[in-house]
Amino acid sequence: MNLVSAENLTKIYNVGEIEIEALKSVSFNVQSASFVSFIGPSGSGKTTLLNLIGCLDKPTSGSLKVADVDTSSLTRKKAAVFRGINLGFIFQDFNLIPVLSVYENVEYPLLVVQNVSAEERKKRIASLLETVGMIDQRDKYPGQISGGQKQRVAIARALVTNPRLVLADEPTANLDSKTAFMVIDIMRKMKEEYGVTFIFSTHDQRVVNEVEAVYTLQDGMLVEDAIREGETNV
Amino acid sequence: MFKLFKIAIRNLMRYKRRTLLTSSLIALGVMFVLVFVAASGSFKYIMIGQITDSMLGHLQVHKRGYVASIDSLPLTLNLSAKQEEKLEKTIKGIPGIEAFSPRIKFGGMFSNFIETTNIRINGVYPDKEIATVPLFPSRIKQGEKAIKKGEILIPELLANGLKVKVGDTVVVIATNKDGSVNGKQFVVGGIIESVTGPGGRDGYMYIEDAMEVLRMEEIEISEVAVRLKDFGKLNAVNDKMDRLLSKELNKQGKPVFDVRTWERLSPFYNVARMIDVMTFFIKIMLIAIVLISIMNVMIMAVFERIREIGTIAAIGTMPEKILSLFLIEGFSLGISGAAAGSILAIIVVFVMNVVKITFNFGRQAGLALSPSLKVNDMLFISAIVIIASVIAALQPALKASRMEPVEALRHV
Repeated sequence: MNLVSAENLTKIYNVGEIEIEALKSVSFNVQSASFVSFIGPSGSGKTTLLNLIGCLDKPTSGSLKVADVDTSSLTRKKAAVFRGINLGFIFQDFNLIPVLSVYENVEYPLLVVQNVSAEERKKRIASLLETVGMIDQRDKYPGQISGGQKQRVAIARALVTNPRLVLADEPTANLDSKTAFMVIDIMRKMKEEYGVTFIFSTHDQRVVNEVEAVYTLQDGMLVEDAIREGETNV
Repeated sequence: MFKLFKIAIRNLMRYKRRTLLTSSLIALGVMFVLVFVAASGSFKYIMIGQITDSMLGHLQVHKRGYVASIDSLPLTLNLSAKQEEKLEKTIKGIPGIEAFSPRIKFGGMFSNFIETTNIRINGVYPDKEIATVPLFPSRIKQGEKAIKKGEILIPELLANGLKVKVGDTVVVIATNKDGSVNGKQFVVGGIIESVTGPGGRDGYMYIEDAMEVLRMEEIEISEVAVRLKDFGKLNAVNDKMDRLLSKELNKQGKPVFDVRTWERLSPFYNVARMIDVMTFFIKIMLIAIVLISIMNVMIMAVFERIREIGTIAAIGTMPEKILSLFLIEGFSLGISGAAAGSILAIIVVFVMNVVKITFNFGRQAGLALSPSLKVNDMLFISAIVIIASVIAALQPALKASRMEPVEALRHV
């Protein structure tokens, strides 16, 4: 079953009077519970593609369905609701809220976005922090933990709402090899445990080697795809 | 909402120095406004009290047309005995009135047998006058604090000018309403403090002596001064009295009586209004301080947290919640400034009361300012500050809530 389905996806940015075609008629499908990576050099359109899948931006043309919803037609508010229910985000710079503790950062989407009950929140956060190995650091603030720990908290925050799809933009770019592997490992475990689909954008070979399917973008076009274990197709 | 408050407070505490500076600025503004309101209010009420309790009364009733010619104290516009009787009956029927004092006012000549000058005479019933203007006896600087038959209280201004002392014999000469001139000898019973303005030449005598000088066969009253039980009900009593007295019509079908509050009789009312206008402008300045300082802080906060706004928007925070978050930050800054300012104002006002600041007003020296803070004023100023804070935070908050997450996340 396809969780993400893109057809002839095109994105053009207008910078002053210049038009930049960031994505050129890109078509692909991503199945549920898969571990997929988009790779390519800087400026190839990876982040643009992730932004479109994540309903953070709208395509100039083409169709994009995420969880059977045509996301290109969503209004700003509906897109926010959709993201809050279906998507999780992991950022290259972790993007934790500095004034909230580890626990509160993970709690934030449940409390402010989904209005989950206190008991349920407690249960889910404890379970996820345990899984990512951050339960002991729950009261620390982002400024008091390392980059790897921050990314583990970000993973917990992305998963705490039980999303169907987690989008990770260069999740290991700011991490050392050991930490990067640990983060990838955690994400893979999460995928297996919760059945969540992970889509990465990366040019980190360490990540590429760990994913099930790789799509290569160059100059906004999908030039190559590699499927591992037959779980993802184009 | 509680969680948003918690996040907002923590965001404010993130920039402690900036938050402290902004809150301090608001607190100082609130403190200055409250202290000014308290001090100017105290000054105003002391002045109003001095004017109404020592001379004017809270209200006055004249024959219609009298006030327009009040400078010449026209005897032809006095109230007849019958009219005065009706007026007294009406006044006695109004429960909010504590006392009233009928007065005969006229202009005349005052002589010490060597020199002569002009004088304004008030013929009064001493007991009624003191009940209506209780500070009157305190104005008597020399002599017995009473008005006796055959005696006259003369203003300090005349006593000094004509070198007249208590116990001296003087003559008062006046023209009555028929145009005939009469004079009567009086003993100076006391010297009364002169007030600022035309009232500075006011002397006092027993009402029957005034009738004798003016050769009145039956009483004719120039004005009736009225004192209320509760000064706060001035307008209500004025309206009621005006309504009741407006039924009395003259031959032309127009009302006989003219009821006026002290505000329409004393030029000090304009000073009191100026104080109110100054207070208003100081409040406007406070609002400007709050608006500018909070808007500045919130614009900075939004600018510095663009990526953070992008993050919370990306993870599904609704624009309304982002808006609320920043509005709460502005609100919190406002409420903390207002609370701190109010506490500071209470302390300053307390110190002012302990120190006892005195001032002179006209010829009255050593009046002690006793500022007091009213809960209503504190609540009103605080409400203004809080509303201004939220309004100031609105533009940056709207900007934050309308930010496209993708652009915000891209911000470096």
